[in-house]
Amino acid sequence: MKSTEEIFALLKEKFGDAVLQVNTKLPKEAVIEIDPLQITKICWFLRDTEELLFDNLMLLTGVDDSNGEKIKLDDGTTETKGGTLTVVYHLESMTLKHKLVLRVSTNRDNPEVETVCKVWACANWHEREAYDMFGIKFLNHPDLRRILMPYDWEGGFPLRKDYTNPEFYHGMKVPY
Amino acid sequence: MGLLDKQFNDDNIVLTTVEDILNWARLSSLWQMSFGLACCAIEMMATSASHYDFDRFGVIPRPSPRQADIIIISGTVTFKMATRIKRIYEQMPDPKYIISMGSCSNCGGPYWEHGYHVLKGIDRVIPVDVYVPGCPPRPEALLDGLLTLQNKIRNESLVKKTV
Repeated sequence: MKSTEEIFALLKEKFGDAVLQVNTKLPKEAVIEIDPLQITKICWFLRDTEELLFDNLMLLTGVDDSNGEKIKLDDGTTETKGGTLTVVYHLESMTLKHKLVLRVSTNRDNPEVETVCKVWACANWHEREAYDMFGIKFLNHPDLRRILMPYDWEGGFPLRKDYTNPEFYHGMKVPY
Repeated sequence: MGLLDKQFNDDNIVLTTVEDILNWARLSSLWQMSFGLACCAIEMMATSASHYDFDRFGVIPRPSPRQADIIIISGTVTFKMATRIKRIYEQMPDPKYIISMGSCSNCGGPYWEHGYHVLKGIDRVIPVDVYVPGCPPRPEALLDGLLTLQNKIRNESLVKKTV
């Protein structure tokens, strides 16, 4: 078993600038922040190293930090410019019984994160969901389509904080 | 006797009107499109099972819309599903009836405000005959909805326009 701080030291030594910082001030688990374009090789390392063996991706989800500049539009809605979108990874080692939380922040206007599909196959649908709900593009993903919303949905990404419903979908009125 | 105007000594002869016999036949064997969407479908299945026994009203689940007379919209209708429901409805032969079961298919239910994915009422896509309120409705409520539909069919007319 290893604590998050120990794993952070290990990663920092191996990958240097790709590992940004560790946040231990949170009420629950400590979180390691990673560069979004270098997450894949770090995940390979976390999975295959003898003393870490993170063989299970428990959860992968998107978060809208909603920390950009908020612009009031004429129709009363708010649009967010700039700021960040975040992807959170919860890892677990079933053999060594330890857990780890990673997060990567990417800019909201062109959110791009590397995929971890090849590392854990279950990430495929999780990443499709994060794409569907937040519009985060996962680079090198084998099949990045919407998963829950209709394939031809053009109303945007529903879990973003500045999302507003379109008026119609295929002739069906959307608002109540 | 209701249906029969007069019964003769010979049991094989009955007298009735075309309208009455057609309506009676229709309302007594409402074959149901076997189709469930969400938690309401669990209640619908409970209604079909032996305790409440839909079968005693002539409701038999059919696996194909071509053989079905009614469709019970039992649950939350998403936009993705609404296009499919419309197609199933169009595949059913006339006369066909629709029971909208539960708050979600009546008006969107708990998703009415923030449900970006939910159609706010199935009547925006296909015409509904009977609305059954509840979240989800108990089997008794669904049975009441079915009896209401049967009453509606009983008063149908071949020549007059009925509501």
